[in-house]
Amino acid sequence: MDLSFGLEYEEFREEVKVFITEHGKDSPRNAAMRAPETLAWQKLLIENGYTARTIPKEYGGFGAKPDIIRSRIIAEEFAEARINTGLGGQGISMLVPTLLEMGTEEQKQTFIKPTIEGEMVWCQGYSEPGAGSDLASLTTSAVLDGDEWVVNGQKIWTSTAHLADWIFCLVRTEPDAPKHKGISFLLFDMKTPGIEIRPLVDMTGVANFNETFYTDVRVPKDQIVGQRGEGWMVANAILGHERDSLGNPNITLGRLNALIELMKTETVAGERMIDNPVYRDRLMQIQGRVMAMQFNDLRVLSSRINQGQDASLARMIVKLQGTELRHDLEGLAIDIMGEVGLSYEDNPHTRAAGSWQSQYMYYLGLIIGGGTSQIQKNIISERGLGMPREPKVEKAS
Amino acid sequence: MRFGLSEEQVLLEDNVNRFLRDHVALDRVREYAEGGEDDAIWQGLTELGIPALLVPEAQGGVGLAPLDAAIVAESLGYHVAPGPFLGSAVMAPTALAHAGGFDQELAALASGELRIGIALGEAIGRRLDANVSVNGGKLSGSSLFAFDDKADAYLVADSNRHLYLVQADDAGLTRNALTTVDKSRRTVELTYNGVNGQLVSDNPVLFNATLDIGRVMLAADTLGAAQAMIDQAVAYAKQREQFNRPIASFQAVKHMCAEMAASLEPCRSMVWFAAHALAELPDEARVTACHTKAHLAEVGKFVAKTATEVHGGMGFTDLLGLHYWFKRCGSNRQWLGAPELIREEAARLQGLA
Repeated sequence: MDLSFGLEYEEFREEVKVFITEHGKDSPRNAAMRAPETLAWQKLLIENGYTARTIPKEYGGFGAKPDIIRSRIIAEEFAEARINTGLGGQGISMLVPTLLEMGTEEQKQTFIKPTIEGEMVWCQGYSEPGAGSDLASLTTSAVLDGDEWVVNGQKIWTSTAHLADWIFCLVRTEPDAPKHKGISFLLFDMKTPGIEIRPLVDMTGVANFNETFYTDVRVPKDQIVGQRGEGWMVANAILGHERDSLGNPNITLGRLNALIELMKTETVAGERMIDNPVYRDRLMQIQGRVMAMQFNDLRVLSSRINQGQDASLARMIVKLQGTELRHDLEGLAIDIMGEVGLSYEDNPHTRAAGSWQSQYMYYLGLIIGGGTSQIQKNIISERGLGMPREPKVEKAS
Repeated sequence: MRFGLSEEQVLLEDNVNRFLRDHVALDRVREYAEGGEDDAIWQGLTELGIPALLVPEAQGGVGLAPLDAAIVAESLGYHVAPGPFLGSAVMAPTALAHAGGFDQELAALASGELRIGIALGEAIGRRLDANVSVNGGKLSGSSLFAFDDKADAYLVADSNRHLYLVQADDAGLTRNALTTVDKSRRTVELTYNGVNGQLVSDNPVLFNATLDIGRVMLAADTLGAAQAMIDQAVAYAKQREQFNRPIASFQAVKHMCAEMAASLEPCRSMVWFAAHALAELPDEARVTACHTKAHLAEVGKFVAKTATEVHGGMGFTDLLGLHYWFKRCGSNRQWLGAPELIREEAARLQGLA
């Protein structure tokens, strides 16, 4: 057991701290997409290797060799200083890694630089009304007509579709192939004629999701990632990236500390909530769970930098445990505030700008999205514990 | 940076597991539970050097760290193994080595000749029927659920967190077996009638160090016991058929197993970290030990119940013997502090209570 990153890395940590001291004041408070200060901050981070760190220089990145410890140190220091860590979103976190792995040289040249710089915003067209957990049953079709694909169908849960420039989209191109082998991965401009976007208001009151409709949308033939029928494989590579990025225990630790402060401030009948033994015990239970996940994360991190350490099960459970834990943590804050915890929007008694309520609900969304908790349990039991799949039910024809 | 076990630690784990698999199978545990003895098991573990692990080299021990002991505790839990490990190999060596002046006792512990039990209830959570008072080096009163029915001596705490060593053959000491549900280890009631107490330490810091390592070992024991229950549940579900298919192919059953695994897997890292912290991270050690003991108690309880349910009616029988693990998790939960009390301690240590 060796928890130190070593001298070289501690020197790197100092560099990061110096950067934060010098430039932290320029960190945009609410990084609105495409706002000049957001783009300027993003550019500064890329230049210094604090985001897009391992993306090759020729595609606009910083071009460092992958070093998970350096990435971790950056994440830790930025979280500690509460500094904006740069743009995220599905284009940067999901599409760019996929293009790097499977895109053509031309696709990499065209799309990666504007995406990481925040000039080109993407949305993801995966789920459909009839294809949720069973994503591979999707029916949005693309038929080749000359040099163009013609796309028809409907997508749902399309986050930021109303703001996006482009979409990466799963479509069925081989209707006669087995369902996993008939899908292709297309990229196209959201301004293409035939796309209709309808906002979908979620339970937090925000319309971040959309339903999107595609009618004879014509997409140039070469805007496909991988070959025809390989879309499922391409999409799964992305889902791997998505799951890895969820449930960061450092962020959870920050929320736990905020919860402790809340319990010291909030009172009922003059008694501080932290002084109420029932609520305090609930806090301590959450703290124990947070700790367990923090150490689990260290083990996963270690397995990625040391050969021969197996932490596959430890990694597999992160999405399930991490999202459920955050939902419980945010929920405890609401219970602590009682009726005050219900305050929302313009209510003058709202605490922390309503973040406890919105995060409580948002994490319920994350429990469902990106592979529901039930799908996670299937994965854990099948791949982690070697239990058999449920027998398939074939549709009566 | 390396978060995990070293090659030597993996080797230690393998050696202990091999011995326990070969010599402490379930029928051997049953034999002990029905009144047999644990000497041969302890002798075997002594040949592997287990009692010497935490004894400093100067006193004839190996001078290893709490993490090494936690690995052994996990294996013992996995096999629901009887034996005086917690007292004689962990808590007594920790207390006596820190106190100084107990070279002889430490050497005898290291060689497996001496068994020292623990009776700390007075300082952790005294119950109605117990109390320990010390006057001029003489103990009176009684301790409940002292661990190890065959110890040659006991470490006894008073309410000031002072530790005394009392000899089992002291004329003023009576020792009565206390039956509990967990028959893989035995506890006793000690009654003190002017028993000579040799002061080991009047320093609460030393008491705390002894208690913390004991709690982490119980957490490690639960980690092993719960892992064994998951392994058995998964194996049973794969083999048991209903409705013409293995019950392991039903999502209801798979999800129970997934929930157990998802709850327990982070516990492994937690136990490792807590044990590591005892030696290397003094600022974090106490709070982490409390949380690890309490969290493992909760997860252990959940796994014990769920794994039994996966076995259906068979899980409820004595025939299968799964209940030994269920009860092991249950007693680890209560020993050295129940989770609610320990979490309150964690809050106090952080200035939150």
